[in-house]
Amino acid sequence: MTDLTVPQSTTARRGPLWLVLRKLLEVRELTTLLFLILVSVFIALRSPYFLTPDNLKAIVLGMSTTGIMAVGMTVLLVAGGFDLSVGSVLALGGALAGWLIVAGLPIPLAVLIGILVGPAIGLANGLLVTKVGINPLITTLGMMSIVRGAVLLIGGGFGISNLPQEFNNLGQTVILGFQSPIWVMVVLAIVGDVLLRRSRPLRQAYYVGGNERSARLSGIPVDRVKIWAFILTSTVAALAGVLTAARFGSASVTAGTGVELSVIAAVVIGGASLAGGEGTVLGAILGVLLLQVIQSALTLLDVPLYWQPISIGGVLILAVGLDAISRRVRHLDGRA
Amino acid sequence: MSAPAAAPVPTPTVQPIIAAIGIGKSFPGIRALDGVDFSVLPGEVHALVGENGAGKSTLMQILAGVYRPDEGEILIDGQPVVFDNRRDAEAAGVSIVFQELSLVLQLSVAENIFAGRQPVGRFGLIDVKRMNREATSALAPFRLAVDPRDQVGLLSLASQQIVEIAKALSVRARVLILDEPTSSLTTTETERLMATIRSLRDRGLGIIYISHHLREVFEISDRITVLRDGRYRGTWRTDGVTEQEIVAEMVGRAFQAVSGPYMPRAFGTESALQVEGLSRAGQFADISFTLHEGEILGLAGLVGAGRSELAQALFGLTQPDAGTMAVEGHRVRFRSPRDAVAAGMGYLTEDRKQAGLFLAMSLAWNVAAPNLKRFSAGGFMRDAEAREVTETYMRQLRIRARSVEQKVIGLSGGNQQKVLLAMWLATSPRILIVDEPTRGVDVGAKAEIHNVLLDLANQGVAIVLISSELPEVMHLSDAILVMHRGRVVARFAGGEVDEDEILAYAAGVGGAPIAGAASHEDMA
Ligand SMILES: Nc1ncnc2c1ncn2[C@@H]1O[C@H](COP(=O)(O)OP(=O)(O)OP(=O)(O)O)[C@@H](O)[C@H]1O
Ligand SMILES: [Mg+2]
Repeated sequence: MTDLTVPQSTTARRGPLWLVLRKLLEVRELTTLLFLILVSVFIALRSPYFLTPDNLKAIVLGMSTTGIMAVGMTVLLVAGGFDLSVGSVLALGGALAGWLIVAGLPIPLAVLIGILVGPAIGLANGLLVTKVGINPLITTLGMMSIVRGAVLLIGGGFGISNLPQEFNNLGQTVILGFQSPIWVMVVLAIVGDVLLRRSRPLRQAYYVGGNERSARLSGIPVDRVKIWAFILTSTVAALAGVLTAARFGSASVTAGTGVELSVIAAVVIGGASLAGGEGTVLGAILGVLLLQVIQSALTLLDVPLYWQPISIGGVLILAVGLDAISRRVRHLDGRA
Repeated sequence: MSAPAAAPVPTPTVQPIIAAIGIGKSFPGIRALDGVDFSVLPGEVHALVGENGAGKSTLMQILAGVYRPDEGEILIDGQPVVFDNRRDAEAAGVSIVFQELSLVLQLSVAENIFAGRQPVGRFGLIDVKRMNREATSALAPFRLAVDPRDQVGLLSLASQQIVEIAKALSVRARVLILDEPTSSLTTTETERLMATIRSLRDRGLGIIYISHHLREVFEISDRITVLRDGRYRGTWRTDGVTEQEIVAEMVGRAFQAVSGPYMPRAFGTESALQVEGLSRAGQFADISFTLHEGEILGLAGLVGAGRSELAQALFGLTQPDAGTMAVEGHRVRFRSPRDAVAAGMGYLTEDRKQAGLFLAMSLAWNVAAPNLKRFSAGGFMRDAEAREVTETYMRQLRIRARSVEQKVIGLSGGNQQKVLLAMWLATSPRILIVDEPTRGVDVGAKAEIHNVLLDLANQGVAIVLISSELPEVMHLSDAILVMHRGRVVARFAGGEVDEDEILAYAAGVGGAPIAGAASHEDMA
């Protein structure tokens, strides 16, 4: 106990400018955007190459895989779950499609099966979490390992290379100056953002993540919402996997290793909470972009490679830490 | 504005244990407290009353170190202090039972009671045996039938409330703050709490007692302080002031506070909900009743009688082991609350914080939660419509909030309760189960909620009313079932029974319970 300091006034005495500022801070996307702009300006001042069209295109292409996966992961985090198996599912989607093509299956069918492995795994995750009651961390950690094993079985240690150009076009076609994975990300992000904001089925995810018991008593099918969120997450991961294989013309068995961290980090940086009930696709995409910009900067500024994971982790902790502090300022956690 | 007959008491000459002077506190967009004085003397019970949102809980949270005041100071034994957090306040001898329970649901009863100060044995390990033993004795005054090893999350809300009280009492405190400690307790438990409070007071503790039940306030307190709109209205000696005078100070006008007698009402002859032989192991057994359209059925009983458990089974949250249910003549089996909602049922839970509201969301979103179909078209949400409807309820129920966009967590307890009511009113249910519908609401709002329920019933809605407040049950119910240990031990028609008789049955000492049950089998 300290004594005899007269407690100082907090927010009450500050002017309208402060109020406006606080309102803006409540829109999490804006904080992320602000952060993004600050970082970009800083890099642009140091490296003239950063703002060139080529580099910007490379950044957007580089973020497309993570961006596609972030759309699903956002919905899942909003619903109060999360998924560590997306990196492995990405690898499996690509490897399975590639393997089936090499085995002689028609390309569209192979692609379809490669993508459909996603919902199958998502359904398994969802059922294990909701019906069996294993927590998402353990469930998806186990699934991450199992699926990676399946990839190694199919890919035989070296992966599947020399895929036919007809398949590769899926990830290499350039439309209006941008490669196809970028377009897939853009379309998914826009559709995902609108649906999550406005559609009734996805609105349920907020309630489930916000308070599961209240959601159940409100007549919301809690388990079903969660299962669908897991399915969505795995589906876009498998899709990202097929696109990645096509983009590089080969399916690597190590594809997507560790990517679950960047996806979850990006979504959280973009305003989602691991406790559920919060987050938007727009914010998540901004989060992905921020991480990609930082990665690009590290390359441009010749920073040694091992700084990458360090910086991703640092930004994650910084962003979430700032959010926690601003929440406390807003009295959100003040009530017992 | 009517001034009370008795003038506020002069400042006491005894040194208060704790005193707050000129306290001011603002939240974004609202002045919660403004120049409030408050003090507690050793060996007194000081009641704090006021309408919902008057600032009572905020003031207590300042005394307990949760919030820092914007202005004013706190004195302990006459010395100014600043509490940075709860620990500081605890170290100074301030112990608090929060209005919204703060137990850790995953931990056991004993672990909750002794959180952070578990008795340690040899090698610095927690002495679990001793902890459980001490927990048992901490709970002893309330005669609560729980094992100290039970997980708190599995207890009923009322039992949780008792655990929380026992926790606060077990701290060696000098000042004990009780913020609406009896909001889900029945008369019997409340009396046990009163006895405990008296013995603590006689040992020289200062006790702050917040309640919307003026009967309790007048029974237990030595002084009463009234807050209105965050302002200090004055402090009175309890024996020098009347209930009407206090109410007038609280609401700023004369007001009849008590629930009136039962007013006979006509209700339909069509059965809305028929239950036969419903049982669930360990919770309730062989429950049968018929609820007609427009009828209000009151369930009375002590904490642990199985009323809330029955409600949850009726609503499909749990599955009964035996028995049948029919809604409007059709046999139903609800596998989840979703089925019940689809069948036109609504359920206002007693546990608004854990299972009712979405605290981190806006009023409009909360009201929309059980109404997603109503507030959407073609699969897309029509948020503007949800906001409009919420605004209507905000006016009708006089919910004190900045706007429908405000997060529910920032509302006072009573106002949160009104949001919960609005959620379910908006579903236009045909059968509504309300579990403690007026938990934590002030006297004025209580009467308003009673009128809302009566209006609904007059429109043909069938209502199951669970309440720990007997006057409320007796005022509203067209039929009353008294439960004891999971069974219906007596049935009465509205107005045909008095409080003492119900209490006797609830305690399991009522006469000839089975005969009473049989003779009222069909109560239409
Ligand atoms: N964390 C918060 N954020 C914003 N506003 C708050 C917060 N806590 C309290 N308030 C506001 O301060 C006012 C006083 O609230 P308080 O909880 O002290 O009322 P109360 O007298 O305890 O009411 P009740 O009888 O309903 O419990 C209310 O208008 C409430 O909305
Ligand atoms: Mg309160």
